[in-house]
Amino acid sequence: MAPLLEIKDLHAEISGGRKIIDGMNLTINPGEIHAIMGPNGAGKSTLSYVLSGKPGYEITGGEVIFRGVNLLELSPDERAAQGLFLCFQYPLEIPGVSNMAFLHTAVNSQRRKRGEVELTSPELVRKVRELGQTLGINAEMLKRPVNVGFSGGEKKRNETLQMMLLEPYLCVLDEADSGLDIDALKVVSNGVNALRSPERSMLVITHYQRLLDYIVPDVVHVFAAGRIVHTGGKELALELEATGYAQYQNEAA
Amino acid sequence: MAAPISAQIRPMKTSAELALAETFAAARTALPGGPDVAAQRAAAFGTFADAGLPHRRVEAWRYTDLRALMREARPLAAPPDAEAKARAATAGAMLAGHGFRRLVLVNGAFVPELSDLAGLEAGLSIRSMADALTNGDALTARLGQTVESQDAVLALNTALMGDGVVLQVAAGTVIERPVELVFVTTEATPVSMFTRSLVVVEDGASLTLIESHEGPSGVAYQVNTALELVVGAGANVERVKITAEGSDAVHLATVLARVDATATFANTFFTTGGLVVRNQLLAHLAGEAIHARMNGVSLLSGKQHADTLLSVDHAGPAGESRESFRAVLDGAAQDIFQGKIAVRKQAQKTDARMLSRALLLTETAEACNKPELEIFADDVQCGHGCTTGTLDQQLRFYLMSRGIPAKEAEALLIQAFVGEVLDAIGNEGVRTALTDATQAWLLGRE
Ligand SMILES: Nc1ncnc2c1ncn2[C@@H]1O[C@H](COP(=O)(O)OP(=O)(O)OP(=O)(O)O)[C@@H](O)[C@H]1O
Ligand SMILES: [Mg+2]
Repeated sequence: MAPLLEIKDLHAEISGGRKIIDGMNLTINPGEIHAIMGPNGAGKSTLSYVLSGKPGYEITGGEVIFRGVNLLELSPDERAAQGLFLCFQYPLEIPGVSNMAFLHTAVNSQRRKRGEVELTSPELVRKVRELGQTLGINAEMLKRPVNVGFSGGEKKRNETLQMMLLEPYLCVLDEADSGLDIDALKVVSNGVNALRSPERSMLVITHYQRLLDYIVPDVVHVFAAGRIVHTGGKELALELEATGYAQYQNEAA
Repeated sequence: MAAPISAQIRPMKTSAELALAETFAAARTALPGGPDVAAQRAAAFGTFADAGLPHRRVEAWRYTDLRALMREARPLAAPPDAEAKARAATAGAMLAGHGFRRLVLVNGAFVPELSDLAGLEAGLSIRSMADALTNGDALTARLGQTVESQDAVLALNTALMGDGVVLQVAAGTVIERPVELVFVTTEATPVSMFTRSLVVVEDGASLTLIESHEGPSGVAYQVNTALELVVGAGANVERVKITAEGSDAVHLATVLARVDATATFANTFFTTGGLVVRNQLLAHLAGEAIHARMNGVSLLSGKQHADTLLSVDHAGPAGESRESFRAVLDGAAQDIFQGKIAVRKQAQKTDARMLSRALLLTETAEACNKPELEIFADDVQCGHGCTTGTLDQQLRFYLMSRGIPAKEAEALLIQAFVGEVLDAIGNEGVRTALTDATQAWLLGRE
């Protein structure tokens, strides 16, 4: 089976700034869940931005193949339509743009690009309401502008809602657990788990083993100084919780 | 009576000014109205002749130098023939289909057969300005009385006013069906039009008044239009003015609004067309406890230049005014917003707030804000703010990361930017039409 995502010797720097991703290699097969753990400032969020095409980064080497195409040549919206979804560490507030209008535009933009039939307004509203219910997002929140006045946890649920609606092939979750209380953590994890399928993969960036009790990974990577420095099974997360990153940071240096 | 010396010694200089003098001399006897009106015209032309076309050293026109921007004065448009009327039949498409009462003016002349004059509501009267001036109408005695102004462009309008609409809503009458004045230019050669309208909404009456201006692109026609609007005590007037002129047009518009006690007055400018556009609104809030809202959206591209001058004169106590302007500027467009709030001594407890915001989509676009407060009362709340910024790249990326293409992502953000103003429009049909027009403008961007 062809890998879903292949990152080969990727190097990236902040435009006009320093190098953040430094010789990164990673292969994710369909259906797999990979966790990435690593110290603050190691470049985990940067990796997620580089994958999703955020402006402001320079790719200085390597390549990324996603579902058979060169991901780095696509614009962010094309990457999304290709099936990549980034669950932001800090979701943004968009004043004046209603959640529902935003979701409608997003879903249909992707469908149009893939040559699929677009959803009608009632179809979309029904779908969004159903998903909202499973995530504890009520109709009033759906009417509000995107994330405006949402609590940290509500924003994360909203990210999960978008992900469930857009049904991507690869979900990159950047600290999906940060800011969540215990109940919300379960709600969000259930949402993520509901998406698990043999074709769909996840890249879960987290600092805490706790999330991985709910979203159980196949593989755990240690990410330090811009690349993966160690890989293990799910027990690695427990080990890291006990020992910290000191030994791996030496490896990276 | 001696005129000021400076006025006496200023000779006519530019070819446009000379041409206007010739136009006036040739047309004055043929222009509508009796001896009183003729005298008013002559005096107004004198005012214009003394001042000349406004230029940089005239403070109110500092950013819109008409001497430079209006090199030529176009000949007066002839009355529309059958062909012109036929071409005008499709005018006002932006707001068609909403069932508004449309009054159509072609090349500056009111055209009854294109207008919807059937089944006038009791208390609503409509008449052409030319007719009112020629045959006499008590209302026309009010012309020039609404708000005092020595503006040269307004004076020129008074001197050369040809036609327009005289509309009155009797006291206590609520006119549900919006009235739309559709001004359309059809000529393929550059002409000029001077239209003057007078709208009197008597005490306790209510009216939604829409005004749209359009014409052919690629023709350097000139529009000088003025409206005197009287909003009686306790009356409610919502006005929306759409400037969608052709690409090369010069459009100069003046509104003189007098608002009486406890009335509600809302005015929204929506500007997308014309090469040089000036919208000046002088609002005299004469009575107490008036609620006024004066907003605007400009969507400009290429070399378009739009200048809004707002003067809000709080002359009565406990009034509230809100002014909110948004400009979206593409290409090398320029937007100027000059907003003045004056609070007179007796206008205690005034609450006035003005905010103008510009969004620059390119590095060559320019926005200029000139707010001004002139406060003589001590117990008031007044504030103004202005911002100039670019699209938020983080938000743009967030939207794109959900699959929304760049142009649509920008359109969503820009709709949100202007939405605050458009959403305040009371009439749903107008609100929807302007939101759609904004979307069309956004998606049509290069
Ligand atoms: N736009 C930027 N300009 C300058 N430095 C940046 C920028 N973005 C990221 N960095 C720096 O790059 C490094 C990697 O940041 P990144 O956010 O990717 O780390 P992270 O691994 O996600 O950290 P955390 O665990 O705290 O979320 C940090 O040192 C950060 O300060
Ligand atoms: Mg991070």
